[in-house]
Amino acid sequence: MAYFDAASSEPLHPQAREALLAAIDVGWADPARLYGQARRAHLLLEQARTEVAEALGARADEVSFTASGTQAVHLGVLGTLHGRRRAGRHLVVSAVEHSSVLHAAQLHERDGGTVETVGVGLTGRVDPATFAAAVARPDTALACLQTANHEVGTLQPVAEAAAACREHGVPLLVDAAQTAGRVPVPAGWSVLTASAHKWGGPAGVGVLVVRKGTRFRSFLPEDERERRRVPGFENVPAIVAAAAALRATAAEAAEEQARLSALVDRIRRTVPGIVPDVEVIGDPVDRAPHIVTFSCLYVDGEALLTELDRAGFAVSSGSSCTASTLRPSHVLEAMGVLTHGNVRVSLPRGASAAEVDRFLGVLPELVRRIRQDAGVT
Amino acid sequence: MTEVTQPALTIDALGKKCPIPIIMLAEQINAVPLNAVVAVLADDPAAYNDVPAWCRLKSHRHVGSYELPGGGWAIHVRRNY
Repeated sequence: MAYFDAASSEPLHPQAREALLAAIDVGWADPARLYGQARRAHLLLEQARTEVAEALGARADEVSFTASGTQAVHLGVLGTLHGRRRAGRHLVVSAVEHSSVLHAAQLHERDGGTVETVGVGLTGRVDPATFAAAVARPDTALACLQTANHEVGTLQPVAEAAAACREHGVPLLVDAAQTAGRVPVPAGWSVLTASAHKWGGPAGVGVLVVRKGTRFRSFLPEDERERRRVPGFENVPAIVAAAAALRATAAEAAEEQARLSALVDRIRRTVPGIVPDVEVIGDPVDRAPHIVTFSCLYVDGEALLTELDRAGFAVSSGSSCTASTLRPSHVLEAMGVLTHGNVRVSLPRGASAAEVDRFLGVLPELVRRIRQDAGVT
Repeated sequence: MTEVTQPALTIDALGKKCPIPIIMLAEQINAVPLNAVVAVLADDPAAYNDVPAWCRLKSHRHVGSYELPGGGWAIHVRRNY
């Protein structure tokens, strides 16, 4: 089975597995207590915090661990809005943010706040000038922009957005879930979120980084853990494994991500030549190294995923028939590209050229058969 | 108020999920004269997005999408070639 769904979850890095097994034995005690086992757990937790901070370009005391990337986003968005209540209640987000950002924005709106959603062009990229104009509104409390889109890979103009935010004194939350560990985090963020299982760590660990000087106040009941930003007992062994995975992934990133990017280029270049009526989506150059998405006209996305699974390929899709909501992906809709027949290929560490070639070998016949069965001539 | 050209052909794809409305449109667009309008009636939210995207890919013109009283849209497409 070729696993091509790294954007959903990267397989556990071998060094994370090793660290996890070791930490389960020694890192189980409550790191907030004062006896030997607790001090050991505390030490492991703080070591992991220092490593993660270093890899993300932050200070250790700015880093809090959460239960997931989604929770990091929820706490980051709502906590910053809460902390900046007196500055205003306006939130700016891009239309192609992860659903965790958009759902937090909906909650803010239901709570009486206002939200402006900045649209994107055909490649899925936010126009920096439009984003800058949106954050200029005087009561803006927070702006959110992802580093790269999770469905189409397009990189967002984070540096330009950060400059505009700085000019207007607005904190910028950057969701780095798709790029953390793969490419350096762009500078200029006030709040940074990420998810360990996207970089080869275990599930159940997210990262919320709040830059010194950013007003932040948790909207949840008081809890003394994680600098009062995240409630609940930390999963120390998983956090230790997450840090080990980030260190290992970042160390091999320059070489490995360039290799994956070349494979993505091969898919991007080859697919339009071997499959008729196909649209390769997203920015061909300014993109995450491991993601490529395309839509096949007249093809049912679910049927294509099923056929690819049968042929030994695990991929994902933004087509509505593959979503529990029966609505097409909000990302593809915002871009105005085809939402049916959609396939997202996202390459994990170690994905081989042979696997990619085999994928390109079986794809045309699968698409042809599905079209034939649907009566497309 | 913009004038809505009377469609030369109406394709009823109500209740049909994408890609079926698009397949029906592709099959039948050549049945109308050049510059005539085909109306696709559809209620799958994917069709609302995908018919205009199909027009862009196939160089036909998406004239407009009009809400239907019973739900869904009449999505008007002008045959360009």
